[in-house]
Amino acid sequence: MSATHAGNLDDGVEAIAPDWKDGKRYAWLLGLAVPLIPFAAYLLVELTGLGVFWWFGPAFIFGLMPLMDKIGGDDTSNPPESVIKWLENDHYYRWCTYLFIPIQYAATIFSAWMWSRGTLSTIEAIGLAVSLGCTNGIAIADAHELGHKREALEKWLARIALAPSFYGHFMIEHNRGHHVRVSTPEDPASSRLGESFYRFLPRTVAGSLKSAWHLEATRLRRAGKSPFTLKNDIINAWALSIVLWGGLLIAFGPKIAPYLLLQGVIAFSLLEVVNYIEHYGLLRQKLEDGRYERCQPVHSWNANLVASNVFLYHLQRHSDHHAHPLRRYQVLRHFDDAPILPTGYAGMIVLAIVPPVYFRMMNQRVVDHYGGDVTKANIQPSARKRLMRKYGSGGQGGSSPSSSVPSAA
Amino acid sequence: MAKYECPECGRIYDEEAGDPREGFAPGTLIADFPPDWTCPDCGVRDAVDYVKVEG
Repeated sequence: MSATHAGNLDDGVEAIAPDWKDGKRYAWLLGLAVPLIPFAAYLLVELTGLGVFWWFGPAFIFGLMPLMDKIGGDDTSNPPESVIKWLENDHYYRWCTYLFIPIQYAATIFSAWMWSRGTLSTIEAIGLAVSLGCTNGIAIADAHELGHKREALEKWLARIALAPSFYGHFMIEHNRGHHVRVSTPEDPASSRLGESFYRFLPRTVAGSLKSAWHLEATRLRRAGKSPFTLKNDIINAWALSIVLWGGLLIAFGPKIAPYLLLQGVIAFSLLEVVNYIEHYGLLRQKLEDGRYERCQPVHSWNANLVASNVFLYHLQRHSDHHAHPLRRYQVLRHFDDAPILPTGYAGMIVLAIVPPVYFRMMNQRVVDHYGGDVTKANIQPSARKRLMRKYGSGGQGGSSPSSSVPSAA
Repeated sequence: MAKYECPECGRIYDEEAGDPREGFAPGTLIADFPPDWTCPDCGVRDAVDYVKVEG
């Protein structure tokens, strides 16, 4: 590789942390509960004799996680600047994300085995597929953390974590597409004011796939190569899925196919519903030279609840992530004045699947964020007239949000 | 021929060495990068943002 990088992200900062203790250090191990969901479902069924526990996955994400957020409360503490470098380089945190993957694979193989045995009713088998989909969906958050890193090992682990959901192209599109065009109408993975999750889902799935292929084909064409090669990072990521899914189908028989497919759809839908809430309605303004303003903390929605923060590897500290995509999860910071969601991502997912409730919770919040000027938002074209009628009168009132938030630089 | 650094993530592009993975032959000037090229590591900065470094 001729392209290298100069040192660490925070050169000049003391690498040794004398007195500071990370309150969440051991909490990160709780993230490993997520790939254990299918096993927990099995245990609960065994202990109670109730087949309904095969649906433990959605109960965990839509019930337990929001509940734990209620109990766990806010998490607004940041590591002091002086320990950032030391914290970045502590490999313990990396291992928390690596260890997720063997458990995730054990859960996937275990589920395939359960489907193959024929002891589950159809509704129980579907429940297990949805539960495994929850595991492999949150695995995309783990893959997301790993896929942003320069280390080849971590990039490969990201692909491996994405293989069960057949979503390996995510790493390309997310890093080189979404991060570049975030909070602009051009980004398929940034949702628009007035756009329901159900309208967003096909747009982001198809648009992200198309964009990912275009990005890799362009890169390979510059090097004089055909896009149809294993050097194409989409093809080599999908190859892993073919090996995994093919292996499972050979080992456990074709009757697991519909459940394997269903868990994949649940997994990537879970990722996309999180995409849906992360930038809803937010828009980077165009500069005089035609470029968009650089992504600032005002262009992402954040949440700061300790439980969902731990289960999602600080993904909810989304403003800092977009400002500094290579920062490791343990050092991401909370910003007091970045846009804050009414609840954690887990609770927001529940709202997002009921569009009228979601619009009622979020639309005014977006308009308020722009000081009452709805024209500054990223608006769903088909909803523009309606939204202008409803919110179009304001605009002169509040202060400019872009001036009140720490700079990304 | 010079070296350039991404102001966000510190990635270095060395014009003399090029960048085979990105499809840039040795000797490709950063000024000749396609206008839509963005830093492949962070995605936050474009070619025009890269800063010339010594050496």
